[in-house]
Amino acid sequence: MKTIENEKNHIIPYKTFLFVLAGLIVLTLTSVTLTRISLGTLTVTIALIIAAIKSTFVLRIFMHLKFENKMFSIALIGVVLLLCAVITITLLDYLNR
Amino acid sequence: MSTILVKHRDDLTSKTGMWFFLFTELLLFGGLFIVYSVYRYRNATAFHLAAQELSVFIGTINTIILLISSTTIAMSITAIRKQNKKFAILLLGLTIILGLAFLVNKYFEWGEHFKEHIYPGSSILALRGHGDVLFYGLYFFMTGLHALHIIIGLIFILVIAVSILRNKINSDNYVLLENSGLYWHLVDLIWIFLFPLFYLIT
Repeated sequence: MKTIENEKNHIIPYKTFLFVLAGLIVLTLTSVTLTRISLGTLTVTIALIIAAIKSTFVLRIFMHLKFENKMFSIALIGVVLLLCAVITITLLDYLNR
Repeated sequence: MSTILVKHRDDLTSKTGMWFFLFTELLLFGGLFIVYSVYRYRNATAFHLAAQELSVFIGTINTIILLISSTTIAMSITAIRKQNKKFAILLLGLTIILGLAFLVNKYFEWGEHFKEHIYPGSSILALRGHGDVLFYGLYFFMTGLHALHIIIGLIFILVIAVSILRNKINSDNYVLLENSGLYWHLVDLIWIFLFPLFYLIT
């Protein structure tokens, strides 16, 4: 059992984490710079897309989902979809009053 | 005691339990994000103006602090698996220091608002109108709830660091370290969305 687990959960090298950190900081600064330029409603979209990309890195590498049993990713996607559905339905209600 | 005690352990279930807890956290903050979206939609101008009063500089610094702290705790798992106990504890210590730095920044940030009589229930804030009250109400509640998670995370990490020191967590048994990491990353993840929504989108 242990050997199977060890094969599955390989050790992530320190370097990988540092690369991801560099990427996340670059994305943060990009987000700050882009939102300084007034792009109207596009600003919200850009900021949220960048936040989503950052989250993907954190979830897959830092939170190890990339190397974990697929069950975790599927469950997470389920929760995110549920949240998106609730947000969409609530906003549809408010936007059409 | 001459008998060898073999403790039953199920790391996969332990981690699954942690993830399920994190899902409830996502729904908790998700609900608050919905409240934020609706109030923002109904008070667009007030939210726009109020958000401009927040310091993007402190917000950005705090974002970077949290990202680095997430990296250090993730690296500590690699360290413990490579049986580098000292380095793992050092990395957790760094994580705790960075978390405290985040809270210190938050303290000064909130302090500035308080000086200007901006806090929930303030009569001067109430004079500025309904939209401002809603914006700052959500701002203090959401960043406050997030800060509470930081404090809990720091205590969790401290307990884990002590357990590593006592060899209760080692290269063979590190699922608790992984779980504390998951919790800390979730706190980071929430901030990744709080930061643009309160500081950037003006």
